[in-house]
Amino acid sequence: MVSRFTPQSIGRAAVFVVTAAASLIMLLPFFWMLSTSLKEPGAVFRFPPEWIPKPFYWYNYKRIFEVLPFGRFYWNSIVTAGSVTILQLVTCSFAGYAFARLRFPGRDTLFLGYLATLMIPGQVVIIPNFILLRTLGWIDTYQALILPNAFSAFGTFLLRQFFLSLPFELEDAAKIDGCGYFGIYWYVILPLSKPALTSLTVFTWLGQWNNFIWPLIVINSVRMNTLTVGLRTLQGQYNTQWTLLMAGSVLALLPVLALFLSAQRTFIRGVALTGMGGR
Amino acid sequence: MARAEQSYPPPRPSAVRRREIWAGYGFLTPNLIGFLIFTLLPVLAALALSFTEWDLIRPIQWVGLRNYIRLLTNDPTFIKVLRNTTFFVLVTVPLRMVLALLVALVLNQNLRGTMFFRTAFFMPVVSSAVAVALVWQWIFHADFGPLNSILWMLGVSNPPNWLTSTKWALPALMIVSVWQGIGFNMVIFLAGLQGIPEQLYEAARIDGATGWHCFWKITLPMLSPTTFFVLVITTISSFQVFDLAVIMTEGGPANATNTIVYHIYRNAFQFFRMGYAAAIAWFLFVVIFILTLIQFRYQKNWVHYDL
Repeated sequence: MVSRFTPQSIGRAAVFVVTAAASLIMLLPFFWMLSTSLKEPGAVFRFPPEWIPKPFYWYNYKRIFEVLPFGRFYWNSIVTAGSVTILQLVTCSFAGYAFARLRFPGRDTLFLGYLATLMIPGQVVIIPNFILLRTLGWIDTYQALILPNAFSAFGTFLLRQFFLSLPFELEDAAKIDGCGYFGIYWYVILPLSKPALTSLTVFTWLGQWNNFIWPLIVINSVRMNTLTVGLRTLQGQYNTQWTLLMAGSVLALLPVLALFLSAQRTFIRGVALTGMGGR
Repeated sequence: MARAEQSYPPPRPSAVRRREIWAGYGFLTPNLIGFLIFTLLPVLAALALSFTEWDLIRPIQWVGLRNYIRLLTNDPTFIKVLRNTTFFVLVTVPLRMVLALLVALVLNQNLRGTMFFRTAFFMPVVSSAVAVALVWQWIFHADFGPLNSILWMLGVSNPPNWLTSTKWALPALMIVSVWQGIGFNMVIFLAGLQGIPEQLYEAARIDGATGWHCFWKITLPMLSPTTFFVLVITTISSFQVFDLAVIMTEGGPANATNTIVYHIYRNAFQFFRMGYAAAIAWFLFVVIFILTLIQFRYQKNWVHYDL
């Protein structure tokens, strides 16, 4: 009996309690968001604040689709994040394969060029890209949202590093079997690279879904808003209507959080791997 | 080896070799075209643009170094913005790293509920900064926000006005940034911790080392490459703070939360000073570049790759 209360076990219990408290603090803003979104508009100005609304007031969620085309925002975000992710997977895995497994003149110089741009903050290219798209008359279009983000130097780098780590013998075996370069890419390299491809998918999709500054710049009309800029529009129009703003925020977070909670391991591994440059 | 290669003229590429070269260019081309159009050329264009004045309507004008001179000598907002951002980086980077490391150390112990804790700390990372900024704006609300009502209950008679106070608005943004940034670093630290071989700890314990000793003599040195990596990326991302400032305060009050990237955004897309904004962007790039170089230069004093 006595041995259950060793200093060590007490220490562990203390660490557990502190960590649990910290986790609750981390979650509190989400709870507050959800709780506010279910309040009557007047209830937010009560003191002290209610943590659990009574009664639940679902009308905010209906109203939000009436004041702004929120369904359309969803669609725009899905199209943008989906297209960018698919295009990056294709173009970056192509380029990564070329850089990692094929020899051709100028390869290393070109790769150095890719590497050099990795350090450049995105804000540097935003202005010329905006001017280019404006000249093309592409403001307020899907191509403006998608194309500038579809060819990532980082994604190429990530996949090249991963492809380099695959054994070359497999390739030779495939060559003997009469496989061409595309065959090797398709039947040998890609199937062995699922972890890296998943990482890039998660990272790119998440980055695009949450991207704010780029759609803010190239989108003017409400109908072309992605969810993030849509929320900004909502904020501009209903500045102090917290119940509505929180309902909008919940709607914007819902798909990401649902996806994250159902595929947590993939997400965390993806971010860890990508965050560490594929190591 | 090298001499032997030199003494023969380079052989004409064989048919097989030529196929490989063509395949290389073929696979590279789609990405390369996009990379040139949307990354490499814009970087150079931004540099050229920074020596001009252009409002997108009147003809573009070459002004030499004038934008840079104005930036450093005649833009009080820029000085303010630079100070805010530096202060923001100096506070949030250490906090985001130390707290993330603490959490990672705890989660690495396999406590009961580790899965839940990890989810809780990681949820803000996947959440859109805009939605997060909105709810925090509401949390920081001076009269009806939950934060001040808790402070009142704890007996703070005069809690800060947070986002409308020139003194507290920037710290409020820092709190949100730390809250949102811990989880990402935590995951990377956890991966680093799991890479430390268990035998090291066992050997140390046999020699009678305490947990505290193990932490300083094994964990920290073994983790130093990870720590270095986290330091570099956290610094870079901290310098680019933007979303929070736009949504929570619009840079206010009185520029108290205005940041470098927000200043770029305003100059380019609200005042249409394309050349000037490009100059600020290049300035930011140079600052980040120099800081990263310094970090790489001094890493050998504390980063151990060879243990």
